[in-house]
Amino acid sequence: MLVGYGKTFTTTKYKLDIALRMGELLTTKPLLQVQKLKQHFPVTAGLLRRQVGTIKAIDGIDFDLMTQQNLGLVGESGCGKTTLARTILRLYQPTEGKIIFEGIDMTHLKSSRLRSLRTRMQMIFQDPQDSLNPRMTVGSIIAEPLDEHTSLKGKERSGRVEELLDAVGLNPRFSNRYPHEFSGGQRQRIGIARALSLNPKFIICDEPIAALDVSIQAQVVNLLEDLQEKLALTYLFISHDLGMIRHISKRVAVMYLGKIVEVGPANELYTNAQHPYTKALLSAVPLHDPGREAKRERIILSGDVPSPANPPTGCPFRTRCPAVEPKCAISVPKMKAIGQEHRVACHCVM
Amino acid sequence: MPTNSNANIVLSVKNIVTQFNTVDGKVHAVNGVSFDVRQGELLGVVGESGCGKSVTMMSLVKLLPMPPGEISEGSAIFEGQDLIQTSINDLQKIRGSEIGFIFQDPMTSLNPVLTIGYQLIEPLRLHKNLSKSAARTRAIELLELVGIPMASSRLGDYPHQFSGGMRQRVMIAMALSCDPKLLIADEPTTALDVTMQAQILDLVRSLRNELGMAIIWVTHDLGVVANLADRVMVMYSGFIVERADVTKLYSKPKHPYTYALLKTLPDMEGDRSHRLESIEGQPPDQLKPTTSCPFAPRCEYAFDRCTHENPQLELIAENHEVACWWDMERHSPRPSTSSI
Repeated sequence: MLVGYGKTFTTTKYKLDIALRMGELLTTKPLLQVQKLKQHFPVTAGLLRRQVGTIKAIDGIDFDLMTQQNLGLVGESGCGKTTLARTILRLYQPTEGKIIFEGIDMTHLKSSRLRSLRTRMQMIFQDPQDSLNPRMTVGSIIAEPLDEHTSLKGKERSGRVEELLDAVGLNPRFSNRYPHEFSGGQRQRIGIARALSLNPKFIICDEPIAALDVSIQAQVVNLLEDLQEKLALTYLFISHDLGMIRHISKRVAVMYLGKIVEVGPANELYTNAQHPYTKALLSAVPLHDPGREAKRERIILSGDVPSPANPPTGCPFRTRCPAVEPKCAISVPKMKAIGQEHRVACHCVM
Repeated sequence: MPTNSNANIVLSVKNIVTQFNTVDGKVHAVNGVSFDVRQGELLGVVGESGCGKSVTMMSLVKLLPMPPGEISEGSAIFEGQDLIQTSINDLQKIRGSEIGFIFQDPMTSLNPVLTIGYQLIEPLRLHKNLSKSAARTRAIELLELVGIPMASSRLGDYPHQFSGGMRQRVMIAMALSCDPKLLIADEPTTALDVTMQAQILDLVRSLRNELGMAIIWVTHDLGVVANLADRVMVMYSGFIVERADVTKLYSKPKHPYTYALLKTLPDMEGDRSHRLESIEGQPPDQLKPTTSCPFAPRCEYAFDRCTHENPQLELIAENHEVACWWDMERHSPRPSTSSI
């Protein structure tokens, strides 16, 4: 379905745009810095909505994201991946910490400034069925951000829509159709086209392939990679598919109960995981090879993720950890560097 | 059909054809599917959404909405009885007792306003005629069997008080409650996290050794099947395109679709720098009856025969059947009359 791909994507304006971005690539400033980020939600009860507790959805997260160095975010459901994504885009007001995007501290930015900054950061959602308005044509879905943020009108506007459809491998003539006329994979392409409409630099992909069929997943991931190359995009890629995360990310961060427990370059993390949780996650992924599968060692975690409203004392993972020691209950382990860019938060890793 | 032991066949399905009558015309969901399941065997059924894998299973026990669904041909012999010809009333006695089910989403298949205990005890009383206290004891046993801690105190809990993995365990307990001879599991781990999935797979592996029933495991995840199934059949557009022993299917896939599916999966080990292989295009529109190979439009090996003749499932090696005109090993079209 990638026929005619990018044919109309070479107007001078975009050539210039790409050139500018290539220039920025050479500087080594991080595109996004997240510092000690916390997102706590109050739990209220009773008639007077008295606060009776807090859910620590995000509890002290630090990372830097360099241009085009995709970061993959993995973890079980309920560990705070999506909350982190939404907090970074300031769809939630963070409780504590800082979010610095392109050198601008956007943690307490006023809504008018935030609005213009948000054109540079976009999101692709999990379910293309739910994230596209069924009563709008594909053309108007993709043009909606243009109407909000640019003054493009008439021919220019429809030209841009066609250009975007072409860039994601859809026929530009489809712009008058409705989302239900498309398959799941094609709908996800529409979502991608919408996210690209304002020339963002940074895109958060929240489980973009989870709702798609196996044979379609590869098409969408390849498209995302091609677009990254063409438009110098940077992705924060959230997924529970560890195989796909490894494929698309330069670095991978493993989250557990609102904290990053291990982060490192993808290859390093997959071959030399240190945190018991990362090891368990990797061993839980079924390999598509019965021979190798029979031979390998399985670590099966017992129980469930504890409630973030009442997390365990000390290390959050200690209730399920196969290598738990008494000291784990006493203090929260700090992030330690154990290799080049490889950091882990575990008492038992020296 | 591999015929090493016909003796302990639990379910024998012959040429099931299921259609849905819609305003746009007939949707040909299942187009002549035949298979056997033997005692103690785990048969994996793999395919993308819309390939007819769930509809096939639902047809066997008539859990389809009819109309618009219509089973126009075929038979499914279970314990000497053709399930397709059996009336709904008689099927009620078989479903849930002789044939157990596990569905994809435990939240939507458990009743949210009834306790787990009630939902477990009800089928035991109905199908097994157990007394209240005997049924309760059995329910506790079952919950313990599937690894729910403090089983007796959790009988009074409602589904929302359980986590996703725990709910799926309850579903498994319910499916096992009447000692079924056949268990049909339709994407039972799809809604779960990998760690929960690993727990459930581990549980099913041990239960199967313990209880020795036949299991049909429907999934789109080739990884899950690889470490669970004895035999695998791959479905595409309502047809079985390949069926083989699990090791053969993964080491020597003979159908281009199976081959391509396996290649699209990113490897957990090994090299990650290369581009993912992808199968271009979409599965075919099932409104038209198929006269050509359904995979031909997306197949890189397709030649003229594929576009006007639909290949039948043929035995090409021991316990390995494939429906394809192209011989992937010899890199040539398969001779029209196969000789084994």
